[in-house]
Amino acid sequence: MSNSNAGFDWISIFIYLALITFGWANIYSASLGSSTGDFLDLSQPYGKQALFIGLSIFLIVIVLSIEAKFYQRFSSVIYIISLLSLVGLFVFGKTISGATSWYSFGSFGVQPSEFAKFATALALAKYLSDIQTNIRKLSHQVKAFIIIAIPAILIVPQPDPGSALVYAAFFFPLYREGLSGFYLVTGLSAVAVFILTLVVGPIWVSVGVLAIGLIMFFRKRKKRPGRVLITLFAIISIGLSFSVNYIFENVFEQRHRDRFNIVLGKEVDSRGIGYNTNQSEIAIGSGGWLGKGWTEGTQTKGHFVPEQHTDYIFSTVGEEWGFLGSSIVVLLFVALLLRLLILAERQRNQFYRVYGYSVIGILFIHFLVNIGMVIGIFPTVGIPLPFFSYGGSGLWGFTILLFIFIKLDSDRLSY
Amino acid sequence: MRKVLLYITILTTGLIFIGRLFYLQIVDTSLAIRSQDNAIKVVYDYPQRGYIYDRTGELMVSNQPSYDVMVIPRNLKPFDTTEFCNILNLTREDLEKKLDKARIYSPMLPSVVIPQLTKSEYAILQEKMRKYEGFYIQKRSLRDYQVNHSANVLGYIAEVNQKIVNENPYYISGDLIGRAGVESQYEELLRGVKGVKHIQKDRFNRDIGPYKEGIYDTLPEKGKDITISIDSDLQGYGTKLMENKRGGIVALDPQSGEILALISAPTYDPAMLVGRSRSRNYWELYSDSIAKPLYDRGLLAEYPPGSPFKTLNALIGLQEGVVDTDDSFSCNHGYTYGRGRKLGCHAHKSPLSMIPGIAQSCNAYFANVYRRIIEKYPSPQEGMDTWNMHLKSFGLGQFMGNDLSTGRPGKIPDSDYYNRIYDYPTYKWYASATLSNAIGQGEVLMTPIQLANMTATIGNKGWYYTPHILKEIDGQPIKEEKFTKKNYTTIDAKHFDPVVEGMHEVYKSGTASTLRIPGIEIAGKTGTAENFAKIDGKRVQLTDHSIFVAFAPVDNPKIAIAVFVENGYWGSRYAGRMASLMIEKYLKGTITRTDMEEWILSHSLQDEYAKPVSGEPFRINQ
Repeated sequence: MSNSNAGFDWISIFIYLALITFGWANIYSASLGSSTGDFLDLSQPYGKQALFIGLSIFLIVIVLSIEAKFYQRFSSVIYIISLLSLVGLFVFGKTISGATSWYSFGSFGVQPSEFAKFATALALAKYLSDIQTNIRKLSHQVKAFIIIAIPAILIVPQPDPGSALVYAAFFFPLYREGLSGFYLVTGLSAVAVFILTLVVGPIWVSVGVLAIGLIMFFRKRKKRPGRVLITLFAIISIGLSFSVNYIFENVFEQRHRDRFNIVLGKEVDSRGIGYNTNQSEIAIGSGGWLGKGWTEGTQTKGHFVPEQHTDYIFSTVGEEWGFLGSSIVVLLFVALLLRLLILAERQRNQFYRVYGYSVIGILFIHFLVNIGMVIGIFPTVGIPLPFFSYGGSGLWGFTILLFIFIKLDSDRLSY
Repeated sequence: MRKVLLYITILTTGLIFIGRLFYLQIVDTSLAIRSQDNAIKVVYDYPQRGYIYDRTGELMVSNQPSYDVMVIPRNLKPFDTTEFCNILNLTREDLEKKLDKARIYSPMLPSVVIPQLTKSEYAILQEKMRKYEGFYIQKRSLRDYQVNHSANVLGYIAEVNQKIVNENPYYISGDLIGRAGVESQYEELLRGVKGVKHIQKDRFNRDIGPYKEGIYDTLPEKGKDITISIDSDLQGYGTKLMENKRGGIVALDPQSGEILALISAPTYDPAMLVGRSRSRNYWELYSDSIAKPLYDRGLLAEYPPGSPFKTLNALIGLQEGVVDTDDSFSCNHGYTYGRGRKLGCHAHKSPLSMIPGIAQSCNAYFANVYRRIIEKYPSPQEGMDTWNMHLKSFGLGQFMGNDLSTGRPGKIPDSDYYNRIYDYPTYKWYASATLSNAIGQGEVLMTPIQLANMTATIGNKGWYYTPHILKEIDGQPIKEEKFTKKNYTTIDAKHFDPVVEGMHEVYKSGTASTLRIPGIEIAGKTGTAENFAKIDGKRVQLTDHSIFVAFAPVDNPKIAIAVFVENGYWGSRYAGRMASLMIEKYLKGTITRTDMEEWILSHSLQDEYAKPVSGEPFRINQ
């Protein structure tokens, strides 16, 4: 313990504290309303969040005091407990605003899906770092996918598709550990086909696919994949395009279609489904260079942006702190992610590295989807902004997720 | 590649986000504007517009409440539509239509359902208002005119147009602003300053308190009451005398420059431009291009001044030393000059010296004086510019700098003007070419207010205060230097005595001897101005304009007046009578010459004005 401890990464911890503090200031502003403004008023979100932050410090102390090996050793147990807690929701769950995502303890609720993320990360790290696992083998890929898919599948019917989407984050550690780039190309192609189909329709997508396919087909042998593969890819792409179109038009409900259409700019509906995004853009846009000042945001005060202290907290930053403040928040996230990437890459223990990559992936997906949604370039998917959005479970989940990695990093010299 | 993918993804995402934020917050300014629109409601608190009093303290313009029925469609509850419609004299369909329109405009914001209720409608509706949820009555303030004259003096108020809103940030659409007259000239005094409240709204458009604790809010400032120099009785009397005639009367107090009366005929009742029928009435007045009731003849009409102008030539002659009061000039039914040209004159004794020359308005006398003035100098140009300089000192040929919302400069020609006309130096011109100036015809143009001011200046023997209409603000006399500093003419005071004497003689023995008023010594001067119009493409001489200027009492003038009656024939016929009556009215308060009053009131010039259309012959030089 004594000589293997390299110390904690204070850069990450500093950024974490900066985000938490600034996040709280914005929650305070967004939920101030006509309340007293007493920082510890527990009837108000900002008071509760202050309490949550206090408890997080307590959690951090615990997480950092436990021996690093514990997380590796007990990862399976933690994962199974986490899965059980998700299953338990079907029986004991409390429904809040339509989603059965909570265990209720008096006036506080706990959301197990927020804790399932680090549990899954531990389990995946454990599996991939197993000496017998070879991620290039299909059977091992399937096992890894199953580890990731079980919590995601348990979360979808809550319903909370947003949180389920986060599990796509585990692509990053898998890819880092040797998963074939084929998945990446296939996945990105599928996304491209999907979006282009919605924008220009299946006919034009087919024309494009055929054109690219023909160019690939007649290139020199060295520079291209097999012709069978190209043909297969083209056929699947065209098929996907038509089925996406069919699914979009016939299987999706109107509200799903609307979400996509608004982001793709095909529809302008500032009073209906696009209301959130529209209001959020107005709030951010009205911030200008330096913003209107803390607790001075008129959109924030008027509660024009729904869910502003939770999923839409970034719109408060935009309105009250302007381009300067919101850019700083974006840069803090980028800095934290890049710092964690450096930490992950310096791990000699594969378990540590996979876990680190998982942390980065999870934080990144939240960052991408949440801010993307708030600034109107991503469809409306309700997931929180880590360390920023109001909510105890979320804050604790992310705190544990991050600090386990900081603990692991401090232990890297023992390998 | 495997190590780099995530770096690139994270950095790219960060860049895209910052780019998007830059677009939203810096580039796309429309969002910032929309935020102001829906989060902050600006409410204005309009102060009461100031009252207008006449010089005697009589209230001329006050305010009256006006009541609009407003609706907020979202707050509507089922109500007794039949009763509601009966009170407001509406059909059910009308009501439905109005409510639909309000709903389309906004379910949450108030719309006007019925503007400007009558007093009786308001009385009945107010009692029952509690039964009609969603409706309410909004009080507004309109002008209430206590007099039925002075429309040209007072002006009117109307909603601002887009141009004003663009040019002056104080006004927003729907605000009222003074248009024309005193309302326009003293808009800023009268309107006061509206108060502003910024209210923070929430997304349900509810008020949730003042924006930033009200640091941008201001309290309204009450409009100031003003006293104008108009004598309401005199103004009303003059308006009555002018009925069925066209022209203008301007009366000044020579000792202060205050405008006692400013009458333009035809005119209209100022109350016509208030209330529900305002726009219809305005359009009718505006479209009357023949009688032009909106045209303020007292300020805007530039007429050749005719004989009253001779007094100025007499003064200039004396000042330049080219004529003595005893110099006599003979008149043989006019003045012959050049190659057998003649400036005609009427029959009178001959020869005449200055005082009888003025009294008899002898054209030949003034032709001689004028030539001597111009020909005193080596060149006619120098003579003309000297003559012009003296006249300018009377405030002629230029804007007077008065406080009226409109005006014209008139015209006093100078050497440049004639050089241009005669193409000097290719062709030369001499005093004789401009001889009409001697008798106030020719190129000279004056507005009635300039005529009145000229008369006041003669009455004061050489100085005048710039005419003005504002007397007091909230009971405090104005101190503006422009209106409290004497303007001196270039003529020495001593030269005025013979001219005043001549003008006095006009009443005692001259062209206005029939217009004497017992007990008041008046100095005056008749005028008759030729005028022409194009009828069917031909230049036709119309019946002469009747002009009269006077001041009284002669020794200590308290009123100076100019009367101009279009096509009123000779000076004493209409204008002279009116001037005498006005002077008596102002100085005595009652009319002793009721025969004269009766004559004026019973005579109409409407037939005369119809002549260009009716084709009846004009009475010229009969």
